[in-house]
Amino acid sequence: MTALLTIIVLILVGIAIWQMTKIFELSQIGRSNTQIATDTDNKYNGYLMVAFMIFLYGLTIFSFVKYSKTLLPKAASEHGGEYDALMLVSMLVIFFVQIITQFLLHFFAYKYKGKKGKKALFYADNDRLEFIWTIIPVIVLAGLILWGLYAWTNIMDINDDDDPLIIELYAQQFSWTARYAGEDNVLGDANVRMIDIDKANVLGVDNSDPNAMDDIIVKEVHLPVGRKVNFQIRSQDVLHSAYMPHFRAQMNCVPGMITHFSFTPTITTAEMRRDPMVVDKVSNINERRAERAALGEENSDPWEFDYVLLCNKICGKSHYNMQMKIIVETEEEFNEWLASQQRFGDSMAAK
Amino acid sequence: MSVTANAHVEGHSDDHGHHHKETFVTKYIFSQDHKMIAKQYLITGLFMGALGILMSILFRMQIAWPGESFGIFEAILGKWAPGGVMDADVYLALVTIHGTLMVFFLLTAGLSGTFSNLLIPLQIGARDMASGFLNMLSFWIFFLACIIMLCSLFVESGPAAAGWTVYPPLSALPMSQPGSGLGMTLWLVSMFFFIVQSLLGSLNYIVTVLNMRTKGMSMTRMPLTVWSFFVTAIIGVVSFPVLLSAALLLIMDRSFGTSFFLSDIFIQGEVLHYQGGSPVLYEHLFWFLGHPEVYIVILPAMGIVSEVLAVNARKPIFGYRAMIASILAIAFLSTIVWGHHMFVSGMNPFLGSVFTFTTLLIAIPSAVKAFNWITTLWKGNIQFNPAMLFSIGMVSTFISGGLTGIILGDSTLDINVHDTYFVVAHFHLVMGISALYGMFAGIYHWFPKMFGRMMNKNLGYVHFWVTAVCSYGVFFPMHFVGMAGVPRRYYENTAFPMFDDLADVQVLMTVFAIVAALVQLVFAFNFIKSMFYGVKATVNPWQATTLEWTTPVEHIHGNWPGAIPQVYRWPYDYSKTHDNGEYIIASQDYVPQNVPLFEGEEELEH
Repeated sequence: MTALLTIIVLILVGIAIWQMTKIFELSQIGRSNTQIATDTDNKYNGYLMVAFMIFLYGLTIFSFVKYSKTLLPKAASEHGGEYDALMLVSMLVIFFVQIITQFLLHFFAYKYKGKKGKKALFYADNDRLEFIWTIIPVIVLAGLILWGLYAWTNIMDINDDDDPLIIELYAQQFSWTARYAGEDNVLGDANVRMIDIDKANVLGVDNSDPNAMDDIIVKEVHLPVGRKVNFQIRSQDVLHSAYMPHFRAQMNCVPGMITHFSFTPTITTAEMRRDPMVVDKVSNINERRAERAALGEENSDPWEFDYVLLCNKICGKSHYNMQMKIIVETEEEFNEWLASQQRFGDSMAAK
Repeated sequence: MSVTANAHVEGHSDDHGHHHKETFVTKYIFSQDHKMIAKQYLITGLFMGALGILMSILFRMQIAWPGESFGIFEAILGKWAPGGVMDADVYLALVTIHGTLMVFFLLTAGLSGTFSNLLIPLQIGARDMASGFLNMLSFWIFFLACIIMLCSLFVESGPAAAGWTVYPPLSALPMSQPGSGLGMTLWLVSMFFFIVQSLLGSLNYIVTVLNMRTKGMSMTRMPLTVWSFFVTAIIGVVSFPVLLSAALLLIMDRSFGTSFFLSDIFIQGEVLHYQGGSPVLYEHLFWFLGHPEVYIVILPAMGIVSEVLAVNARKPIFGYRAMIASILAIAFLSTIVWGHHMFVSGMNPFLGSVFTFTTLLIAIPSAVKAFNWITTLWKGNIQFNPAMLFSIGMVSTFISGGLTGIILGDSTLDINVHDTYFVVAHFHLVMGISALYGMFAGIYHWFPKMFGRMMNKNLGYVHFWVTAVCSYGVFFPMHFVGMAGVPRRYYENTAFPMFDDLADVQVLMTVFAIVAALVQLVFAFNFIKSMFYGVKATVNPWQATTLEWTTPVEHIHGNWPGAIPQVYRWPYDYSKTHDNGEYIIASQDYVPQNVPLFEGEEELEH
């Protein structure tokens, strides 16, 4: 139905354009026809410049009003707060510059629209002006660069201070697996050459490595709130990217090497579900899903907010559906969950 | 009225004896004349670009109405859209080929190839390129690259589908996706020829600019178009060979079992033998070209826009020397920023810091350019020809798209928007749409020079205004989709309920995209009709100062019937007056470059 409607709209637009050009063509008869802009053209296009500027500002406001509520909720990690602050400041700078420069551009275009007999100003150079608009970006950018680099160095400084939880994220076409380091908090060695599908050793963990025995392999990531997590990231086939947007975290998964990312979750899943922005977003989405359910469409069950891990590097046919749930919970809940999982050593022994 | 100072018609006899009889083949097909080669590049490039746009409409429809059945899918995609529902593999193939066609075939060859060929000899006062034969060769190698790329669309297993960056291992292993079979081989072979043509062309442009300028045409009297083509060619020569090596190593990994980019791979139930390679190495090699490439795309557009703005504002370009300096600064910096595509690739984070620094530095010359363009409009006498509209549009989109670069260039902020729609919105505005506007500006402006006829201005106005509204309509809301965390290259977003509330935006963007694509038909109609039935052009329709407008409308091999004009002044003497406020040439607001300085006239040190 939508498709049909769209096609009809498109056809109508097409006809409108065709008719418009027809009218333009007809209106030309009898005038000098050089195809060079005349004063009339200059006048109308000057007005259109102003109209276009209004459209641009209008589109900005419309998008903010309509789409702000679809954005990600506040960051759920420690470094995420700083990330959001830096993003906000950069956005403010950008919008300030955008609004001013677009105004000048379109306003000048309107104000100085051509007219026969008008004289343009021969104005080729002004060192002072050019110095000013070189130095202002230099200063503003220097501030943003310094702040950004400071934040970047902190985020990327992955160390073993504060007893981090060690977790391996393992990517393959088209699913994720996680491996917890267990009681010793040391991951056992692993390599794709040791993968043994028959024995369900899907991550290629070395079963002669004592560190591996207490490793726990799961299909859902649980994180205790407030504890630093160091992720070690691997891929078994092609490039993937471990993207955890709610935590402002992302790192590529590269076959042949181990990459790292680290963050400290600060908000549990349960708390996040009560966040006003999330509540609003969830109810919005569930309204849509209810509408779809009423029409008997698939994929329309009510949704409950959860953190997710997505694949964000093109990896093949089902790239669009490569996900894993992340649950942030209290220390006790986490310990309870972890204790209920099977250890690698036990699963090997069972075979 | 026009004192175009054709004072050189006398010297008619010198080097004029070489006009031999031209056949259809030597004139239209294997032509060595730079004007004809320019047209060949333009039309081939536009054809490839039209295909690229068509593909974008197909995959935009899939994103807006996921899983819906469309007759057009079945008609065009055949077995890849069973029952009219697009297959996920072919979605990725469309995205990949769209990127390749637009970036390389339309905006590199179609833009730089067309206007470098057309304008370098005409604007510096040369009879042709340094080597007409090499020039002809470069076009025909380009044509071969096009044919191979088109052939890859009809391969059984489908065309390349690993994204236009073709990162291994996805692109290297046929078992990882069907597109990485024969389709990818053809993609690589096509790119191999593409790089060769680009190098041949670039070397020719550099030699021509350095050696064949007419008397009086010093480097600081060259129009900014020529400066930008010249610097673009240098970047191309520096960076394209690196892509060639990346492509060669990838071919070796694919076909001869080497392990340059591959290591420790387990796929479809078996371990592969590859050991010790690194996909990150490929990313470095690719982006060493890939980033300069976006400047190869945008610099010619900047040059064209600078020229068109000055001509139509009837004012000199503001800060001519600063414009040259910023072209040079951008060119230099463009070769040392590639790592900003790789902040989260697993490369050493310290490198990320360095690349953040160099990347944000590049914002400075870009800002200077934007401010200088705006100042060029100030107190002008603006003639809104279609080319001028596209130039102003280009400044607008370049600012809007460039500003978000401040976010993406910052390694910290990049973490969460990397590879999302935010990136897609950014680069489409700053290099896609902007370069396309630059190209349209060039086409409308130099159409009379290419075809001796004028394009219809009213169709041009419709083309511009609808395109301008629609391209913002597509790419402005797209930033929000990215900020909501939606990754690019997703076949559909329905697998994540958290993206459900963005379905409306996707439909909005797709509708804008379809209208934008339809209005390009107006351009195509105008282009083809004007080529044959357009109003006959006069020698200098826009009243411009540069040398190409001193050549006769009717093309001749060698460009000028008499001696080559000599140059006495810079190219931007628009609205220049004597101290008493009278124009230098009475009742004419411009002074062509080949008019000697008048008595008492000062040549400003710009």
